[in-house]
Amino acid sequence: MKVRVGLASCGISAGGQVVYDEFESEISKLVEDKKIELSITGCLGICFAEPIVDVIDDEGKVYRYTKIDKKKTQQIVQKHLIEGQPIDELLINTDPIFAQQVKIVLRNCGFIDPESIEAYEEVDGYKAIRKALDKMTKEEVIEEVKESGLRGRGGAGFSTGMKWMFAANNPNEPRYIICNADEGDPGAFANRAVLEGDPHAVLEGMMLAAYSMGCEKGYIYCRAEYPLAVERLQIAIDQAREKGYLGYNIMGSGFDFDLEIFEGAGAFVCGEETALMQSIEGARGMPRLRPPYPAQKGLFGQPTTINNVETLADIPYIILHGGAKYYEYGIAKSRGTKVFSVAGKVRNGGLVEVPMGMSLRNIICDICDGIKDDKKVKAVQLGGPSGGCLPESLLDTVVDYETLTETGAIVGSGGMIVADETTCMVDLARFFLSFTQQESCGKCTFCRIGTKRMLEILNNICDGKGKVGDIEELERLGTTIKNSSLCALGGTAPNPVLTTIRYFRQEYDAHITEQRCPAKSCKALITYEIIDGCVGCGSCVRVCPSDAIIGTKRKGDVDLWREEHGIFVIIDDKCIRCHMCIASCRYDAIEVS
Amino acid sequence: MKFILSETLTTEEVLKDFNEEKSNLIPMLQILQTKIGYVTREGVYAIAAKLNVPPAEVYGVATFFAQFKFEPSGKYHILICMGTACHVNGAREVLGAVERELGINEGETTEDGLFTIEEVACLGCCSLAPVMMINKEIHAGLTPTKAIKVIKAIRKEEENES
Repeated sequence: MKVRVGLASCGISAGGQVVYDEFESEISKLVEDKKIELSITGCLGICFAEPIVDVIDDEGKVYRYTKIDKKKTQQIVQKHLIEGQPIDELLINTDPIFAQQVKIVLRNCGFIDPESIEAYEEVDGYKAIRKALDKMTKEEVIEEVKESGLRGRGGAGFSTGMKWMFAANNPNEPRYIICNADEGDPGAFANRAVLEGDPHAVLEGMMLAAYSMGCEKGYIYCRAEYPLAVERLQIAIDQAREKGYLGYNIMGSGFDFDLEIFEGAGAFVCGEETALMQSIEGARGMPRLRPPYPAQKGLFGQPTTINNVETLADIPYIILHGGAKYYEYGIAKSRGTKVFSVAGKVRNGGLVEVPMGMSLRNIICDICDGIKDDKKVKAVQLGGPSGGCLPESLLDTVVDYETLTETGAIVGSGGMIVADETTCMVDLARFFLSFTQQESCGKCTFCRIGTKRMLEILNNICDGKGKVGDIEELERLGTTIKNSSLCALGGTAPNPVLTTIRYFRQEYDAHITEQRCPAKSCKALITYEIIDGCVGCGSCVRVCPSDAIIGTKRKGDVDLWREEHGIFVIIDDKCIRCHMCIASCRYDAIEVS
Repeated sequence: MKFILSETLTTEEVLKDFNEEKSNLIPMLQILQTKIGYVTREGVYAIAAKLNVPPAEVYGVATFFAQFKFEPSGKYHILICMGTACHVNGAREVLGAVERELGINEGETTEDGLFTIEEVACLGCCSLAPVMMINKEIHAGLTPTKAIKVIKAIRKEEENES
């Protein structure tokens, strides 16, 4: 029997490490004839169900336990491992979630031990590079990638095969390959899952890229906010070196390649390729004009290719199974699969890998089971701070690069944040803009000053100080910034504002002309009030940090107390709208209006 | 008293494994921050001398990136995630509660040198939002009350130790 515990960042933060340690100590107590293999694994993508424990019996049947803690661990050990009786009420059926998904990038995440190279080898790991080195020329590798129709998964969507060809055709040496693992978009976590759950796949993808373009050296530019990803990547690199997959004369082929991790130092703009290279070179991460493109003059002035984590994780599959196989998935000019990070108000948040061409409704309402607390979808934000917000009426839009771009949103890095009626669209636009405004490197005037001006206007609107004409001013500024910025940060920063204006203009109007926030979220435009359901328990008074709630605590009968003292009252002047009272009230007796 | 990771390590020792290639600049700053706790003035000058660039250039790079601090941080570095998923699930309220509990604002360190609060763009645990990270450990599914509990537990542990 095997037991595997999901220990990616999401699993650990939900309490997976405690569960793993408990299994370890419990299993060590068992008698020897009960042979149980315990291992860790990465993220299955169903983050809402963490911590997840899979028990696999000797026939290979998987029993998937969800939301396990220390106590449930002991139950599983006793009932399932010792007595051989699965505990039905703790199991989760993940078939409906996975039925419509096609796992290529995430093929091993949540199944294999990411810290074991042998585990990766068992699932055809490093077979693609062996195949390439043994039987394929460099040109054939590139041809295969071209045939697959794979486009860069980092956001821009440029053909990966073409990109490789440009670098390979540049006669200058040395050449470099960089894996862009600086997943900076708030709301995207697909790369993290791959790096933590299947790091060897990324290494193999880089090796294949390096082989096809003749690169001797590679860098993985990983953000420092992902400490576990960095740790597992380093383990993977060390193992690969030891086994001869990295280094000199790899597998006797004469091909030399090695790579190192470069930890990003916390700048969103370094996800932009020229800025990324600047920072590896030891400079401020500021983008520069292209051309020359990195394939012409990249890192240290040499030909360089930069690919996203997800793109690279696709490569071993494409080489092993053929580009044509990959091309079978997807529609039109968008082929293969794409991983989306679905989060926000959605019930089953996590990672979803689907063939290109699936509708948003399908992803959100079917695979992710709709919205929490039976509320309604109001909007979907796609592509993070560079993307746009689409309204419910556009949920039947299919995800492919061209169709989404037409709506004003983008596929981007695959971040998909679902909002319900309690999310204010003006505030959401302000949120993204304050992010890009802070992260603007400051090189281009329009991005540096324009985003600041836009943010000021949005702050005013959210504070109830908006003026007629603000919306038009936002549109004017937004368009100018888009047209006059050097890199994609400025070129896309106004998108969240422009799309919310396009689809949710009435919310802007309500803020400006009626001083009203329809989602009841903007603090300056709402008040808190205690209503009739109050029973005088006093829990709100205890948590209120600004002593804004007055009244007498009830002792005895509710009706009598109401008559004598009246319910609690919030003094609006003192209230700081911290939401603590609502969170503490068990009687839904506090209302926002 | 401010909490300092190491008072005995010298800047030279920390930087001894690096050669004069300019691409070492950011890794050097990172190791300085990890080992000493923050980017010291002395460290900046040492890096500049080693790489043969003006100290202003080293400062220029260091101040560009959010990771680098120029003052010692608290023993517990609280990173409150302000990502999109956390934002729509109430990260602002969590931040407010932690700030009030510790009596400091985001970006500041408590008098006793125990806690520093900082906002972070996204920790990538979006399905468990809102989250915060304290010294690399992630606390998920927070409410203001739950966040305060975490802080109180750390405080208590510290008191017991001392």
